[in-house]
Amino acid sequence: MKISFPRMGNSFIAFKMLINSLGHEAIVPPAPSERTLSLGVRYAPEFACIPFKILLGTYLEAIELGTEMIITSGGVGPCRAGYYGVLHQMILNDLGHKVKIMVIEPPLRDIFGFIRNVKTLIKPTRIGWRTFWHHLKTAWEKLVALDDIERISHQVRPYEVNRGETTKVYERVLQMLDEARNIQEITEARVEGERLLRQIPCDYNRPTLKVGIIGEIYVVIEPFANHDLQVTLESMGVETQRAIYLSGYTRDCFVFDSEHDVKKAAAPYLNELIGGHGINSVGETVLYARHGFDGVVQLAPFACIPEIVAKSILPKVSHDLGIPVLTLFIDEQTGKAGIQTRLEAFVDLLWQRRQMMEVRPAI
Amino acid sequence: MPQKIGIPRTLGYYAYYPLWKTFFEELGLEVITSSPTSKTILDAGVKEAVNDACIPIKILHGHVIDLKGKVDYIFLPRLVSVRKFGTETFCPKFLGLPDMVRAAIADLPEIIDTRVDLAKGRFELFRLCCKLGERFGASLPRVIRAYWRALMVYRQYQRLLRERYTPVEAIEILDGRQPESQDSPKESLVFAVVGYPYAIYDNFLNVNLLKRLRGLGVRILTAEMIPTRLLIREAKKLPKNLFWHFSNRAVQAAWYFLYRERVDGIVHVTAFGCGPDAMVDRMIELEAKNNGHRPFLSLTIDEHTGEAGIQTRVEAFVDMLKLRRGVL
Repeated sequence: MKISFPRMGNSFIAFKMLINSLGHEAIVPPAPSERTLSLGVRYAPEFACIPFKILLGTYLEAIELGTEMIITSGGVGPCRAGYYGVLHQMILNDLGHKVKIMVIEPPLRDIFGFIRNVKTLIKPTRIGWRTFWHHLKTAWEKLVALDDIERISHQVRPYEVNRGETTKVYERVLQMLDEARNIQEITEARVEGERLLRQIPCDYNRPTLKVGIIGEIYVVIEPFANHDLQVTLESMGVETQRAIYLSGYTRDCFVFDSEHDVKKAAAPYLNELIGGHGINSVGETVLYARHGFDGVVQLAPFACIPEIVAKSILPKVSHDLGIPVLTLFIDEQTGKAGIQTRLEAFVDLLWQRRQMMEVRPAI
Repeated sequence: MPQKIGIPRTLGYYAYYPLWKTFFEELGLEVITSSPTSKTILDAGVKEAVNDACIPIKILHGHVIDLKGKVDYIFLPRLVSVRKFGTETFCPKFLGLPDMVRAAIADLPEIIDTRVDLAKGRFELFRLCCKLGERFGASLPRVIRAYWRALMVYRQYQRLLRERYTPVEAIEILDGRQPESQDSPKESLVFAVVGYPYAIYDNFLNVNLLKRLRGLGVRILTAEMIPTRLLIREAKKLPKNLFWHFSNRAVQAAWYFLYRERVDGIVHVTAFGCGPDAMVDRMIELEAKNNGHRPFLSLTIDEHTGEAGIQTRVEAFVDMLKLRRGVL
């Protein structure tokens, strides 16, 4: 069967391997582009958030490549993302496509649904549960490796001597990871990749700012949605950090909850799970402030409900803890130049602020 | 002098006001509602609320500002779930509402942000009523009496709704007033108006939509007029339930009116910037088009909605349906 899946950052490398190893043909949807977005915008509801629109466009492009089934994740709300699958299916059916969307819900919530879904996947290709588990583990390793490598690239890029070198090396490492077939090869590629990235000539004496990135998972992870925000900041010599990576999110969703301290940090301001990454945005801002970061950038799709709640609370956090927050709401009208200008202004302000703090440290 | 507790006249008001009003009055508090939504309230809300919020949330901010200075407490429960079973919750903005309001508006009276999570157990409502009673220093027997009275009034309220009064009319009847006669001279069409109570029944927000429709000779059915258990039965037809209480009711009502009741058209009232409605609206539209084969009108209301705009669209829709039925 030809199977496709949503595209989010580099995760497609791991998903492609998983689906191929299960004996299906993986259709990797093309990287989101202007065309993807305009396809999505044409058929999606007006007030759906931008991830919904980009995903719908991605699915339509994947269907053009002959996809018969799309595998996506579910959710338990109250963020809208948990209902994407159902509405995407309705819209695609309405457009006359025969494609089926398989929604994988968190197995702890619905273990039978999970088993049923996996069965429909592995039965046609006669793969046993044990083999399935093995392939799943390999893909998971790859996903973790991808995230680790990305994390290292964010540590190196702000300090690189020759601008653009990290990105080049990073792409080569991705290629290496893509070619790795089993757990051993993945580990080797990861180690080699880390070595290559660390070897890039760097100037660690260069003064840099530290900025934390918070917000909604899709626009934070997918560079097309946030107009390459992290790389843009890093080329300005700003070190960025973010807490949201797909492997971490999946672990929290599917297995256990490791975000306890984030929730504790958010408690004085917001003590209720509001879905999505709303509470994380508040809690992480508090943590970034405590760790002496210079500022925080909040990224969210236009009309994202949990992030609006977070946004309305963040001014108070920012005021209490003295950490500047820049909120960027992204929709289909957002342009790269607009983001760039606002980031430059924000970075300039942070530099000035730091100078002032150095002159008058007693605040 | 009794202490005063303020209840904003929006969001949960249309669903639960009689319950809370009776309860607090039995505890010996004076209940004050904010004035009906007006331009002043809207402007105040737009000014204070975060700019990306949907219009109902902005209006709520306006109502809270309206109550500020008039009351000792503002009752703004954190609605988490009101079903005893199932995983239904509320929109994230409801869940974070007290925190949002606190962060946005300065110098507020104390906000009572009781966490209403009835999915926890059978006696959850009673338990949180006891806690509220304790908060206001009432004795246990008094709390129990208040609880029963409140439930009785709430049941009466629900009965009135089933008799096809709108919440506003039902609240008037409970207050001992006679609502305006709702019969229009000549009724030729039946419309189902679905959407959230705070959008459908707020006459300022939707520019008197219900009255306008009735004036055009349309009989109106809303979700509140149908017993909840009949609505919940419709949930099985959906591949997956939505997560939000009011959205579920709206979708289930739409399904109910499509398949179980003879209505001529469905009107969905949605507020600008409402997150869940982006999904709800398209679902109802597709279902009405592909399976229910019923005309569907989606009305988006925002802070700039003008009379002429709504009137034109509603008139066009009504005329079209009258032509279709051969009434005109």
